[in-house]
Amino acid sequence: MAERMTQYKWFWVWDFEKQERWLNGMAENGCVLAGVGWCRYTFEKCEPGEYTVRLEMCDRDENYISFMEETGAEYVGRFMRWHFFRKKSEYGQFDLFSDLDSRISHLRRIHQMLWMLGIINVGIGIVNLFMGVYSTGNAFVAAGNLLVATVLMYGVGRIKGKMEYLENERKLRE
Amino acid sequence: MYENIVLTESTYYILLALFCPQHGYGIMQQVEELSKGRVRLAAGTLYGALNSMVEKKWIIQLPVEDGSRKKNYRITEFGLRVLTNEIERLRELVSNGDAVIGGKKNG
Repeated sequence: MAERMTQYKWFWVWDFEKQERWLNGMAENGCVLAGVGWCRYTFEKCEPGEYTVRLEMCDRDENYISFMEETGAEYVGRFMRWHFFRKKSEYGQFDLFSDLDSRISHLRRIHQMLWMLGIINVGIGIVNLFMGVYSTGNAFVAAGNLLVATVLMYGVGRIKGKMEYLENERKLRE
Repeated sequence: MYENIVLTESTYYILLALFCPQHGYGIMQQVEELSKGRVRLAAGTLYGALNSMVEKKWIIQLPVEDGSRKKNYRITEFGLRVLTNEIERLRELVSNGDAVIGGKKNG
């Protein structure tokens, strides 16, 4: 049977392209992604460069997965709303997006998710801040919420930057 | 109503490929063939485009045959009008381009 190995690695959501590059670098060295979890990546042995790996954030269902499989891609798995696919290089080039519009709408989905989580954390943080007047426990939770919100809002900014760059390009070309 | 719709290259080629009923992977292959390998539709882009075009009623999804998971799509009357208008518009672009540049390459 195929040898398996697991690696733990942290990526910020806005570094999803870096994550994809790392996974493809692994595949080039003969370790292709076979499973995903919380910061956890399981690899199995493959021929160097046998596979291309792609990832995407979406709410898509089994229809999408069977559509992808129809095109020769394999579904590796998902972690939260992130879906991971791989495809053998011999079946041709593998990309999830081939125009600016679909790249922009992918970024928009990530942007919306981060923005929503950020707002929720700000909201809960403010509630806890007020309750923190009466209990130090709530004050700590409030600090935590606001810290998380800050990180999320930083992510919103990073994704927005990428989105704006592509939107400017889109004014001139597809 | 649809006179001023400017299609993207992906949309144009998908509509063209759906002149005859076709499933997703078939569309990708046909578009690559039609454009002599220049246009490669990626699966995510195609999936999103198909869903939006079904919503807009430019194409319809045909009933799934028994024992098959492949979904076939076909262009609608309305989609065909959008497409023929676009062909007309492209013709104008090309003829104006030729008229001004004179069909010469590299000036």
